[in-house]
Amino acid sequence: MAEIKLHGFWYSPFTWRVKWTLELKGISYENIEEDRFNMSTQLFQYNPVYKRTPVLIHDRKPICESMIIVEYIDQIWPHNPLIPTDSYEKSQAQFWVKYADDMIFAVESIVRSNNGEEKEKAIEKIWEYLRVVEVQCFNDEKNFFGGDTINIVDIAFGSIVKFLEVLEDALGVKVLEYEKFPHFHSWYNNFKNTPIIKENLPDQSKMVAFLKFTLFVMPFTSVTTLSCIGI
Amino acid sequence: MENEDVKLFNFWVSPFGKRVEWALKLKDVKYDYVEEDIFNKSNLLLQLNPVHKKVPVLVYSCVQLPPPFAVPNIVHAHKPIAESLIIVEYIDETWKHYPLLPRHPHHKAHARFWATTVEQKLGKAGWVAMSRSGEEQEKALKEANDIIEKIEEEIKGKKYFGGENIGYLDVALGWIAYLVPVWEEVGSMKMIEPLKFPGITSWMTNFLSHPVIKDTLPPRDKMLLYYHNRRNNSQNLHKV
Repeated sequence: MAEIKLHGFWYSPFTWRVKWTLELKGISYENIEEDRFNMSTQLFQYNPVYKRTPVLIHDRKPICESMIIVEYIDQIWPHNPLIPTDSYEKSQAQFWVKYADDMIFAVESIVRSNNGEEKEKAIEKIWEYLRVVEVQCFNDEKNFFGGDTINIVDIAFGSIVKFLEVLEDALGVKVLEYEKFPHFHSWYNNFKNTPIIKENLPDQSKMVAFLKFTLFVMPFTSVTTLSCIGI
Repeated sequence: MENEDVKLFNFWVSPFGKRVEWALKLKDVKYDYVEEDIFNKSNLLLQLNPVHKKVPVLVYSCVQLPPPFAVPNIVHAHKPIAESLIIVEYIDETWKHYPLLPRHPHHKAHARFWATTVEQKLGKAGWVAMSRSGEEQEKALKEANDIIEKIEEEIKGKKYFGGENIGYLDVALGWIAYLVPVWEEVGSMKMIEPLKFPGITSWMTNFLSHPVIKDTLPPRDKMLLYYHNRRNNSQNLHKV
């Protein structure tokens, strides 16, 4: 079988997405932890455009960008499928994955904010996203975005919500006001308690310590994207 | 027996909607075109795309009538799909003639990567270069140049990004072929120098002269007027 390697950061939600996908499908791979201050020349060769993780190497060929990697894995290893087979359902899942990725800009705004007022505005921006998801995605009773099983939308949102949980502790802010988004809360509980996801969540206190160290040793004004803090 | 109804809600100058039109035309899919004014959106559009309230939106309705003597069972699916690249993938899966996406998973992933990367990097830089001046424009041109160099490497030796035929990446990046020259004129700048980027220049000519593509472009004078107005608005906002 062709070898599979994942170049990533243990603390990056984008790396988590790929890890969860590989684990959910029971695929063996070599995990290569990159050092954000000294990234390998291999990584720069594999991802010359963005020079960032995650990068999946399969059969010596690189695939970049977390959700493109997730869809690639699902295509090569279709068991325990993460993408709906129906074309319309697939288009809807891809739509919500993109929506989750759009939300990342709002998460970055919290990290970038210089004062309480900016932080509040950034948090309200995230609430706008969560409000839309609460109303549009949870009309019927389902455990996951994928229905009875996890799909790509769960993976996409799950990584961001986990990161937000860490950000809340690290910055002392409250973002995930679950009483405002009860269905979303219920979904996240289902997601993070799914055995394979639970086993592959980063340790909260280790993550908080890491994020505090990263954010407070770099001037806030220099942080423009999560990439700048090596996420 | 099936009756299909395909409607495309779009704004005439939108490069995103243009991708969808190209995909439909390349596959010879009959559709109704519904023009939306993005500065005065219809209630219907807001219902079809309640999340983003944007064009393009493809609405695919399929009425399946029962064969004779069967139990009546009419299935009607009224399916709106938003986000241009997602719509293009949906079209490619629904109508198999003239496949756009590569079949090989690695090539598919590669095409998807370049479609979104170029949109993010060149779309943003190009817009700023078109609508701003001075240092801002210079910085945007430098950023645009970096990604254009990468695109030049991608197209080298190929007629289209899809090889001998137009493929997904050509549809995704086709906006460069007809819109960048307009932006260059509006912004009084140059992003794609033919001598510096012969591969892209050649691709632009091939793409725009393709029989399906060439009659789909918005009128150049109308585009120039539209983007001149957008540039003026942008500059005025900046002064405020």
